Amino acid sequence: MALLELTDVTASYGPIRALHGVTAYVDEGSIVALLGANGAGKTTTLRAISGVVRTGGRITFNGRDITNNKPAEVTRLGIAHVPEGRGTLAQLTVSENLRMGAYIRSDGNGVKRDLDRVMGYFPWIRDRRNQVAALLSGGEQQMLAIARALMLKPKLLLLDEPSLGLAPIVVREIFRIVEAINREQNLTVFIVEQNAALALQVARRAYVMEVGRIVLEGPSQELALDESVRKSYLGY
Amino acid sequence: MLLASVSFAQSLAQQVVSGIASGAIYASLALALVLIYRAMDVANFAQGEMAMFATFIAYTLITQFHLAFFAAFALTVVIAFAGGFAIERVMIRPFEGSSVLTLVIVTLGLFSIVNGLAGLIWGYVFKTFSGPFSSNSIQFGGVYIGIQDLGVIAVTLVVLSVVFLLFRFTKLGLAMRAASLYPESSRLLGVRTSRMLALGWGLSASVGAVSGMMIAPIIYLDPNMMQPILLFAFAAAVLGGIESPLGAVVGGVLVGVLLALVGTYLPGGQNLRTPFALLVIVAVLLFRPAGLFGRIEAKRV
Repeated sequence: MALLELTDVTASYGPIRALHGVTAYVDEGSIVALLGANGAGKTTTLRAISGVVRTGGRITFNGRDITNNKPAEVTRLGIAHVPEGRGTLAQLTVSENLRMGAYIRSDGNGVKRDLDRVMGYFPWIRDRRNQVAALLSGGEQQMLAIARALMLKPKLLLLDEPSLGLAPIVVREIFRIVEAINREQNLTVFIVEQNAALALQVARRAYVMEVGRIVLEGPSQELALDESVRKSYLGY
Repeated sequence: MLLASVSFAQSLAQQVVSGIASGAIYASLALALVLIYRAMDVANFAQGEMAMFATFIAYTLITQFHLAFFAAFALTVVIAFAGGFAIERVMIRPFEGSSVLTLVIVTLGLFSIVNGLAGLIWGYVFKTFSGPFSSNSIQFGGVYIGIQDLGVIAVTLVVLSVVFLLFRFTKLGLAMRAASLYPESSRLLGVRTSRMLALGWGLSASVGAVSGMMIAPIIYLDPNMMQPILLFAFAAAVLGGIESPLGAVVGGVLVGVLLALVGTYLPGGQNLRTPFALLVIVAVLLFRPAGLFGRIEAKRV
């Protein structure tokens, strides 16, 4: 069953329409990628899901209609959104960032357990807990953003371009961890990327967007072989 | 000659202590301003009037309902919180996301409403507001220090500590900080930022109320009493760095001491206090716009 379903979703910024009817689904337990060039509407799609922009059409999560729910409510249903630019709470410490990740939870012991689990994936965090997040490198901030999202104990993780501005070696490390988390925690991931080659390696299925529409979809292996995807996004 | 210098040192010490006491009051109001500024990027021009109104409520509780000072004090802090919360819900919320100028005008409107309402209810005749502290002095090594000054400093320290503990050690305080600094990220973490803003207004009104109840026994109680104090609080907040709560407190004490010295040692100094406060604002904005504790942030555009 699809955990997340978008049916004919539209969104506008003022008079400019950013999404012209996006239909897509994300299966429980899978990693699904949303590819496309700058300005294709990938980020807006994620923002529509978490309720940051108002939308038309229908979005369901776990069988429940969440269209135009407020971000604070969507979060409470178990959707963690790592936004474009990582959303680092820069003036707060690393540990405060993680505590804010668990803000909606009241199960203190569960939060402690998850903190240990998260530090298992990102061991460097333990020594730098009390540092102000602004002092972290870009890659570390991206990892902290993912760690913070995990503290929510989400059912679905929305990742907006985790590779942005990072060195290839760091990006590979982040994708390796995301894959491990998906496998070991059975966490469903919907990931927006411009780096199509890498995204297609980790994702089971993928969508390709162009100017507010889905133009192509299918299993990652098939898309990786598709001539137009190769030319436009993989560059060979 | 020696005698004169000893007595000068004593008078200086007395003025410094008394300046710290006034400064503690400016610090409370400055902190109230900073709490709202951090959340909205707007100076709440009605902050002083809200404090004045709260002080009138304390006055009524004491004179009409015969409450003891500190009972009235505690109750007023609670009422001010509810009032600040309600003001945000009714007057600010409809303008959330509006431009800074719009919000400035809203707070100016709030200023007139609260001022007029206080005049309507309690009138414009000056009233005596008796504080809890004796007007006697105690002597430390030849220096006379007012019990009132010490009391004001102690009360302010308690209030500031409570605010500090709230922000530093509680989940609510952490969420309020996150919501005011990073509203968009906080919403994605499940924080109801609009409610946090209302709580911020409540807290700010409570802290401001303390400044009103501490200053009223020193000056008189009347609807316009907080206007010079608000100016001093602005000077304190700007000096400390308008986004820094610690800066507001340090700035408040520095401005308090500075104005006490100006008032005592400059000829005609009592009348020079307001111009000096303005001078502090202008000097800081010219030479160190971020203040003592503010950071200059690079903004990505």
